[in-house]
Amino acid sequence: MADPIVTKLIVNGEPHEVTTDPDRSLLEVLREDLRMTGTKYGCGEGACGACAVLVDGKRTFSCSTIVREAAGRQIRTIEGLATGDALHPVQQAFLEEQSFQCGYCTAGMIMGAVALLERNKQPGEEQIRDWMNPHICRCCTYPMIAAAVKRAAEIGGAKA
Amino acid sequence: MSTINTNCRRIDCPEDPDQIIEIVGHDFGLSRRTFVTALGAGILIAVVAKTALGQEQDQPVQGEQRRRVPGGGRRQSPPVPVEARVHLGKDGSITVLAGKVEGGQGARAQLSQAAAEELRVPIERVAMVLADTELAPDDGITAGSRTTPSTVPAVRAACMMARNMLAQHAAAQWKIDAAAVDVRDGAALEKSGDRKLSYADFASSDPQSLKQVAPNDLAVTGVEQWQVLGQSAARPNGRDIVTGKHTYPSDLIRPGMLYGKILRPPSFGAKLSAIDLAPARAIDGVVAVHDGNFVGVAAPSTFLAKGAIKAITESAKWEPTAGHPPSDKLFAHLRENARGGVPRNPRAEHANSAAKTLKATYNVPYVQHAPMEPRAAVAEWQDGKLTVWTATQNPFGVRRELAGAFRIQESNVRVIVPDFGGGFGGKHTGECAVEAARLARAAQKPVALRWTRAEEFTWAYFRPAAVMDVEATLSADGALTSWHFVNINAGRPGIQTPYKVPEPSTPAVDSAPPLRHGSYRALAATANNFARESFMDELAAAAGKDPLDFRLAHLENDRLRAALEAAANAFGWADRKPKQDRANVGFGLACAVEKGSYVAAVAEVEVDRAKNAFHVRRLTQAFECGKITTPRNCRSQVLGSILQALGPTLREQTTFERGRVTNASFYQYEVPRLADVPRIDIHLLDRPDLPPAGAGETPLICIAPAIANAIFDACGQRLRDLPLKLGPLDSAAQSDT
Repeated sequence: MADPIVTKLIVNGEPHEVTTDPDRSLLEVLREDLRMTGTKYGCGEGACGACAVLVDGKRTFSCSTIVREAAGRQIRTIEGLATGDALHPVQQAFLEEQSFQCGYCTAGMIMGAVALLERNKQPGEEQIRDWMNPHICRCCTYPMIAAAVKRAAEIGGAKA
Repeated sequence: MSTINTNCRRIDCPEDPDQIIEIVGHDFGLSRRTFVTALGAGILIAVVAKTALGQEQDQPVQGEQRRRVPGGGRRQSPPVPVEARVHLGKDGSITVLAGKVEGGQGARAQLSQAAAEELRVPIERVAMVLADTELAPDDGITAGSRTTPSTVPAVRAACMMARNMLAQHAAAQWKIDAAAVDVRDGAALEKSGDRKLSYADFASSDPQSLKQVAPNDLAVTGVEQWQVLGQSAARPNGRDIVTGKHTYPSDLIRPGMLYGKILRPPSFGAKLSAIDLAPARAIDGVVAVHDGNFVGVAAPSTFLAKGAIKAITESAKWEPTAGHPPSDKLFAHLRENARGGVPRNPRAEHANSAAKTLKATYNVPYVQHAPMEPRAAVAEWQDGKLTVWTATQNPFGVRRELAGAFRIQESNVRVIVPDFGGGFGGKHTGECAVEAARLARAAQKPVALRWTRAEEFTWAYFRPAAVMDVEATLSADGALTSWHFVNINAGRPGIQTPYKVPEPSTPAVDSAPPLRHGSYRALAATANNFARESFMDELAAAAGKDPLDFRLAHLENDRLRAALEAAANAFGWADRKPKQDRANVGFGLACAVEKGSYVAAVAEVEVDRAKNAFHVRRLTQAFECGKITTPRNCRSQVLGSILQALGPTLREQTTFERGRVTNASFYQYEVPRLADVPRIDIHLLDRPDLPPAGAGETPLICIAPAIANAIFDACGQRLRDLPLKLGPLDSAAQSDT
């Protein structure tokens, strides 16, 4: 264990200073220090996607990212997606398509889908499948998840 | 029953005897040491704990009612006073309580619908409190597809009584006949007048009538009058799911809370002989506990807790236990250890006179539930009273488990189950809650314990492995004349054959399972139906019959016939391409009845000879569960079941050797992903004339046999072990058939 140092994290546009061991996972610091528990632990080794956040716009598995690497970069989490009462199109689509049963994987799924749609506004079925494949849903609502990503593209397209 | 080398014991599940619940035999009672001295160590501890619990049960805690079904049998939700189910607030709030949990199966929406239907209020008016042992009635374990047939009627009955009482109260106030009062949109209305009295007005009159007990067999609103039930309702807290606001058990934070970590033995059953906790205690803020075989720490962060465990790991001296069979010897081990031997076929003499005799053995390995949210609990002690927030399907059972482990009264334990991240039959027990509570007692602070994925893959219980021997005879005209089906280790669910055959023999025997096992969605019905429906295909082939015709010729149950025919028709079974026109493509079907619902599946598989692999191209499933109460969720459950069942059919299996799991990771234990999804067609058969049955389990059980049968059709290989692995194929485009 290294000595705790002060690290600056920018989460959903807000700067935070955390005094912590720089080798701790971003996931743990988000959840335990910043108390933002919307991002979930699923496997701790980047195999399931439950912990996905965006770092400088890129889908990042926060369980396998240490805070040192995330310092000073733009971190986006599920808590930062909605604008007031207005859901982000991807959140709206997941709600409309009822793309979850237990919902534990949903935050990671949504962040993954946001990352996809920000680089490709109209992904095809195959692109959705390949991009979302790193995310596990044990309730296996996969067809509704794929449908939600498609729907989000439509909603987003309509808004743009 | 109990496992080799592990400190577990099976406990009864009074509300559903088919459920397999093995709890970890922790004994953290403060007075334990005297008991151990008096009775000796080891296994007796468990016996003592059981006796202690039993005694406590004989002396009901004041104000608590023991509700048990004498002699077993599936229990209904208990009749309780209306006010135990329905709280009417003077402010107009309506709170409905149930002891069931929400783990993604849809109970929250369904029970809210049931309440709204009978109370005659919009569903948004109902606040549903689930699974808080201090507040909600004991509706038993959430398992066995019992919410729909058992708790939905109980909630409906209580809500209907509350509605009637509102009408009667209004009638008395207005001095008119109750029949002249209607209840609509949350208020009693005078049919020929404009007087109105709301639930809030009723609540303000401090009604005593709500103390009446609501029997479960009341004539509730008929299907033809349903306004809310029978419609699709979104999950009431769905918005909190997509915004990340919902607090799962692993998200809960209490004031001053510490984070726990357990030192796990290096192998199953290893006994701790020595450990030095000093290096852990030297870390600022760390509390370390050593109690028997239990070693754990609590620290201000998970990172520090991990560090503390690391600091003491090397000092731990473990005595491993020997004789643990490896997974590649599993099936031989289960057979050799079958209790009382493998039952013989009582009608073996039939083979002499039969036209044909077939015998085969099918094997199903251990698999894990692997819910996305691993076990998690927050425990907090205050004045000798324990509160635990945890993910379990069995809140009242976990309360008993905690009371037993700490030797305290159940009335001093409160278990609260926030909506959690998946169970699938895998969260019937409370080991994580017990561990968290042990740490919290030492720390004198709330402690959160969240298992890692590797812990979940290793220390959670497994679906029982199964060895199944099947033997049957056919007459010259292709009729089944005898049936002998043995399940070793996995149990009875789904073992009875729905097919017409004289005196079928279907024994199930226990074995000496090397891993801790327990319930899994659909229980042993998945294994038993895989074997039976595969074997029916073998028999059809031996009789020279079409697999569909052969089944229908032996099926008398109209509902099962209807499901099978619906699936076959939707797939286009009768018009399927003749074999010579579809090289390497095969079709297979299967059907089953389980837990009051009926299912049939048809699979299309393509074999790739160059890669020596197969690919599932299409699955068609028909499902009937009586009247459908929640159409969209029913479809979602059927779809999720089909895809979840693909996992153990194609890839999933726990491997182990020398008492260690060797694939405790999502990288090595490969569950279904989006890329695995084939074309799926689901046909829900609604039967408004029949009572609703659950829909979260039965849709799993035909997937494996339908696919195995399609593989046989595609390439002639009969695969009898799950997961299905092709043997070497002739790489020619098409071979013998």
